[in-house]
Amino acid sequence: MKYKSQKVAYWFFALSMLLFVLQLVYGFIMGFAHAGFDGLHDIIPFNTAKAVHLNLLVVWLLSGFMGAAYYIIPEEAQRELVSVKLAYVQLISLALVGVAAIIGFHFNIWEGRKFLEIPRGLDYLVVINVLLFLGIILTTLFKGKRRTTTALVLTMGLFFAALLYLPGMLPFDSQVTDSFFRWWVVHLWVEGVWELIMGGILSFLLIKLTGVDREVIEKWLYVIVGLTFLSGVLGTGHHYYYIGVNKIWLIVGGIFSALEPLAFLAMALFAVNMYRKGEKKHPNKLALYWTLGAAIVSFVGAGLLGFAHTLPQTNLYTHGTLVTAMHGHLAFWGAYAMIVLAIISYSLPNMTGRKLYDSSRGRMAFWFSNIGMIGMTVAFGVAGVVQVYLERKMKMEFMEVQKEIEVHFYVLILCATLFVTGIILYIIDFYKHGRPTDEAIDLTSTD
Amino acid sequence: MLSKKQARAFFLGGTLVTFLIFIGLTIFSLSKDVDQTNHENITEAVVRGKNLWDSNNCMGCHTILGEGGYYAPELTKVIDRRGKGYIKAVLMSPVAWEPNGRKMVAYGFSEEEALDIIEFFDWIDDIDLNGFDTVVSPLAKDNN
Repeated sequence: MKYKSQKVAYWFFALSMLLFVLQLVYGFIMGFAHAGFDGLHDIIPFNTAKAVHLNLLVVWLLSGFMGAAYYIIPEEAQRELVSVKLAYVQLISLALVGVAAIIGFHFNIWEGRKFLEIPRGLDYLVVINVLLFLGIILTTLFKGKRRTTTALVLTMGLFFAALLYLPGMLPFDSQVTDSFFRWWVVHLWVEGVWELIMGGILSFLLIKLTGVDREVIEKWLYVIVGLTFLSGVLGTGHHYYYIGVNKIWLIVGGIFSALEPLAFLAMALFAVNMYRKGEKKHPNKLALYWTLGAAIVSFVGAGLLGFAHTLPQTNLYTHGTLVTAMHGHLAFWGAYAMIVLAIISYSLPNMTGRKLYDSSRGRMAFWFSNIGMIGMTVAFGVAGVVQVYLERKMKMEFMEVQKEIEVHFYVLILCATLFVTGIILYIIDFYKHGRPTDEAIDLTSTD
Repeated sequence: MLSKKQARAFFLGGTLVTFLIFIGLTIFSLSKDVDQTNHENITEAVVRGKNLWDSNNCMGCHTILGEGGYYAPELTKVIDRRGKGYIKAVLMSPVAWEPNGRKMVAYGFSEEEALDIIEFFDWIDDIDLNGFDTVVSPLAKDNN
């Protein structure tokens, strides 16, 4: 840690971890309900659990991204944040808006729009909160001594993520156009601007961990985010195949979606090559595990598994089935959850001064969570494929099929238990690092 | 060898071009001549039905147009499969509807509300879904 104000990041990361744990609790409620045990139905029906599970994911990842920005931007811009107080105000207001939304979901206060369930009134508070965040980051960057590509890509990602929230606030009478513009937010976030954020964080971590020249890493960063947008923007079309818009999207979405894995492949190759090329052997092995893991697992989850059902001919049968849940879980985990865990693993020892590098607990956290998530993905995948064949090919009734695939949710719950064990170990590690301190400022000669 | 400047030009240029094409295709696919969203048949009852659909987060369990929670049945073409009477009974039920042991929230909608939601489903059924409607609904008229 080079600047005192970077400590703000710690509290964003702590909020992330708290919300992450809550997200997993609601995931279990849904898993058990799918397996036939919906004992909590009267208090937390499935649609509540689903809205909470999805929105907590979004909020904890955003909190992680914001924490990452508060850590990275001062170091890249070579100056303190312009206001630490405002950053804390922003943190508290983010937590309050998030918690208010989650509580509201339990009392039928929401908008029934997947991923964007936060009611309209709270949407305005989200906008104010994000504007405050962007204000702090942009002013720091503007007043800084240097403007690096890493900082610019990260900030651009955060700025466009905020801008793209707006189409989701437009009211529509038609379910089709409502859905059409909902994807402007959800798809262009996760397969567009969030990848800028991921790329920015990845670039920062690779510079710090491998010691490869910044110019080389940042050049390839441009290529990767370029490939991301080249394929991802028009790849939005794969959400438009069967929702009631023109057939042109079958062609455009099909071609550009098929290119989307290339961006993820490039990112994985880039990270692994930079690691091989790097002469600096940073002692923080755990951060390296998570960084390379994010690049590789995102290729498998977002790239390969996305491609598995993205062609229109396949998607005709898989659209609206658990096959989507298979892809969604490994994609979010690899691309976004793991990169947040990577920046936390890297920055935590620097903020607290406790160099708990390469602990066996930390390594177990990595492997348990990853093996658990891969198992969950396989369980979702098998359930999804069986669902497609029985329901869409054999024309069995929805609920008869659901009975047939219940067994796969037992497997899912077992794998989720392993996954959660890994996450708990990670959080114990987080806790063991203690609080951030100004004294840590001179202890970071190796970063 | 690619320079950093060229890499930046590739990123900015590629993004700008694809985004402009995306905007163009959006305008095209929602334009009047090729519109297949069934927009012209949206009535006040359909809008009320959609609002009830949204405000109760039905999508949190069901899917419609293939989008939603994967926990309860797809409701595109549901009228063809079940008939309006069955749907009305489910929507107005004061106790949790429980087919095969999987419970639905007992919304206990009024008759007027139930009819609005049915109007919404009816409107959905006339959207041209590029063939998805026949796949998703084994008992849909188009498929028999």
